[in-house]
Amino acid sequence: MQCPKCRGTMRTYNRNGVQIEQCDNCRGVFLDYGELEHLAQMEARYAAPPPPPQPGYAAPPAPGYGAPAWGSSHHGHHKKKSWAHMIFST
Amino acid sequence: MTASASEQLVEALTAVGCEAAPTAVDPVVLSERAGRLVVRVGDVVVKAHAVGTDPDALAARLRLVADRQQPGPVWLPPVGGVRHVRDRLVTVWPAAETVAGADPDSAPWVEGAELLARLHRCALPADVPAAGFAAGVERAVTRMGTGSAADAVRRAFRGLGLPHGGSAVVHGDWHLGQVVHHGGWRLIDVDDLGLGDPAWDLARPAALYAVGLLDPVLWARFLDAYRAAEGPAVPATGDPWPVLDTPARAAVIRLAAQAVVRAGSTEMDETDVLLVDACVRMSEDRR
Repeated sequence: MQCPKCRGTMRTYNRNGVQIEQCDNCRGVFLDYGELEHLAQMEARYAAPPPPPQPGYAAPPAPGYGAPAWGSSHHGHHKKKSWAHMIFST
Repeated sequence: MTASASEQLVEALTAVGCEAAPTAVDPVVLSERAGRLVVRVGDVVVKAHAVGTDPDALAARLRLVADRQQPGPVWLPPVGGVRHVRDRLVTVWPAAETVAGADPDSAPWVEGAELLARLHRCALPADVPAAGFAAGVERAVTRMGTGSAADAVRRAFRGLGLPHGGSAVVHGDWHLGQVVHHGGWRLIDVDDLGLGDPAWDLARPAALYAVGLLDPVLWARFLDAYRAAEGPAVPATGDPWPVLDTPARAAVIRLAAQAVVRAGSTEMDETDVLLVDACVRMSEDRR
């Protein structure tokens, strides 16, 4: 089999039970139908579970707005009257 | 200032107001804070600036306000120049509609952001006094007494880099109370106007958003409007926090210090505690 990118020779390897073709020349890898999914499933089994979210920190906000590391999650229950003076006066 | 001296100053400011715009209404003291006294007399507002205000700097600030080079009106124009009343510098302004006490949801976030963007984009004239951000934060921190909350605020303040120099003409103490309506939306309060980093004018809303008080929708409305008006303080797209971090810290520290002073020996309310907690995290965050 010829590499579709550089026309080098593709060699067949077995990686954890999945057959993949790799080009001897450019090291490019060719995956058959279903092989990528197979590899992804195996990867998921090896990956450690994600750490639990830290309390007191905000969920990631929309891109372009962000938040500083010392910030706090949004406390919607605060009555506006209790802090509105902070946005309206020196 | 003793009560009688304060009353005498109100009386003197009232006389200035009546002379500027003859009326027969009683004067109303609008604010008396940080050594500044503001009295409304009919159609004008008369302001006695703080003792120790530099007359040359105040005159330079009034010239900035009057600067016709600005792309469109930004400031409420003063009525006449600086007056000397008793031992104080006094300025007179048209009485405008304020939004103080309004609901944050319906406040002029967009208009305020557009005014700031316009101010920050105006040409930089020569001989501009320095903006007053740093002095405002320092003043607030100095006023605190002792206690664990005050210590936390002081620790955060010590880790803060205060601004030097700048690249634009900035307001120096911007919040929504500085946005008034008088034939269009205008900025008021020239006391801290001058050369500075424009990001510091966005510090107050950024701080209140960061500590979780200002609704992210309102923060986005403000920031989007500032960006849409091509305000130069933050990058046009992407994360603004590399630029806003220090100014927002400073604004939180200032608000927290004011809250500590206000609470005195009584317990702080929950929004004030949020500000102090943010100061604690700032010191932990500094690595």
